[in-house]
Amino acid sequence: MVTKPGLAIRGVKGIVLVLCCAVVVLPFIAVISTSLADQEQITRAGGYVLWPANPSFDAYAAIFRGGVVTRVTLVSIGITLVGSGLSVAVVSMLAYSLSRQGSFGHRPILFLVLFTMLFNAGIIPNYLLIKQLGLIDSYWALILPGLTSAFQIIIVRAFFMEVPREIVDAARIDGANELQILTRIMLPLSKAVIAVVALFNAVAYWSAFFNAVLYLNSTEKWPLQLVLRTYVVDNAQIGTDLPGEVVPPQQSLQMAILVVSLIPICLVYPFLQKHFAKGVVIGAVKG
Amino acid sequence: MADVKPRLGLWQRLRRDRFLLLLGLPGVALVVLFHYGPLLGNVIAFKDYQPYLSIWEAPWVGFANFEVIVNGDPQFLNALKNTLIISFLQIIVVFPIPIGIALLLNSLLSERLKRVVQSVLYLPHFMSWVIVVALFQHMLGNAGIYNNWARVQDLPLLHIIGDPDLFFTLITAQVIWKDAGWGTIIFLAAISRVDTELFEAVAVDGGGRMRQLWHVTLPAIRSVIILLLILKLGDVLTVGFEQIILQQGPVGLDNSEVLDTYVYNHGVVGGNWGVSAAVGLVKGLVGAVLVLGANKVAHLFGERGLYARW
Repeated sequence: MVTKPGLAIRGVKGIVLVLCCAVVVLPFIAVISTSLADQEQITRAGGYVLWPANPSFDAYAAIFRGGVVTRVTLVSIGITLVGSGLSVAVVSMLAYSLSRQGSFGHRPILFLVLFTMLFNAGIIPNYLLIKQLGLIDSYWALILPGLTSAFQIIIVRAFFMEVPREIVDAARIDGANELQILTRIMLPLSKAVIAVVALFNAVAYWSAFFNAVLYLNSTEKWPLQLVLRTYVVDNAQIGTDLPGEVVPPQQSLQMAILVVSLIPICLVYPFLQKHFAKGVVIGAVKG
Repeated sequence: MADVKPRLGLWQRLRRDRFLLLLGLPGVALVVLFHYGPLLGNVIAFKDYQPYLSIWEAPWVGFANFEVIVNGDPQFLNALKNTLIISFLQIIVVFPIPIGIALLLNSLLSERLKRVVQSVLYLPHFMSWVIVVALFQHMLGNAGIYNNWARVQDLPLLHIIGDPDLFFTLITAQVIWKDAGWGTIIFLAAISRVDTELFEAVAVDGGGRMRQLWHVTLPAIRSVIILLLILKLGDVLTVGFEQIILQQGPVGLDNSEVLDTYVYNHGVVGGNWGVSAAVGLVKGLVGAVLVLGANKVAHLFGERGLYARW
């Protein structure tokens, strides 16, 4: 029969799905709960709690009072906004300029872009380039290399090419220049894919950690992920400079930093999700 | 209309498209500088480069830097071995999991439940490796949440984090946690494009759900599976660099050094720039050859592969 599967099969499926979801969700619940728990409960539980008895934001207040977390969070926000904004601009401009078949240099430029998918120069050559350009210890070293991706250029181009030729021609007859056609016609008609590119790049800029290890020498320039590694992965002691201050438990401070690094992702996630089906999938299957 | 236009000369086309080209210029410049530019740095694979000399001043040494690849250097061989083991685990153990989850999700009758499970399972993909590694440490570490709980309950304790013998298992588990859910998206997309009449046809012929799965669903995702396997094969020498470099400290290099970390530890940290560049260069070339080769095999089997047949 093709109707509903048997009870046993449905039961097994249900258990598997619940387990999968629990494995994903439980760590986040423990992290958030521990960041909100007080000293007494943490001591009683032996380090971590699954539900805060008396939730308080002391740990958050403490990490932001210290100054370091505030600074690195702002640095990461800055890199993320500048990086994803510029990447959308650069990618959509190049995708648009490659979207008209038969235009000057269309095929060689397209090939130049596509060919980059086949290779990746690796750590040492990339490092030498950044050094030669004098970008060591500069935030541009974290931003510029990630602005263009052949894959994204091809996906956005494919969307632009589906915009009916008649609309573009009509706009041109009305006196619109190329930039106006891009900003007033192409981008509004391709909102979904542009949103996906922007959000994916934002997540990538926010998450990157190793390029900062490689290219930034001075610790005061560090982005959030490096501070996260130092305090939460390598378990460096978190202290405050203020004498006599009551410091919230170490675990709460660590988990609070972790939560801070999660917030932007959770903020953009619903928007990303709305576009999953439209943007990524079509692009991935096409590409 | 466009078809009947007379073909314009090169200069006329350049004049006509000058603004279009201008718009593409920043992107082209960045692609050339940051995708092709680094290739020039590979010259140090043939030089005795030290950071205090410029690349041009460093003396040429021919293929001396490449010797490490062929002379049985234990550190290089160890890195190669670990890379291949981890890649192998990712193809054998990790690769089928998203297919299984996708089939499971697809068999759900409630569209809403499906959507909820999807949004939960996709989430870890968007976490940075620092976050994933931090979560694993705080969940499974020696002083982590499980051991705290187990100590209170008098249950056996776990010593996973920092145990060299369990490093491959840990790495594989982390990859599954982070990306298995997200990996379903491409299979679900392929399944969703199947003509529902095909399922009905199987049902009319008296076939049950297993027959639908075998005769309709699996063939529908076959070319996607092959495509992803090709990509995976091309990446067989690349395993999660950020993931591994974050966790090398407590484990030691014997079990955790892979080719990319070898290049970093040996070159940037250890100062053997030329040798590391040589290893990186060979690794990149082998990767490109593997993608092209795997694609060729796909064509032989009548699949479309990564790109159409030339």
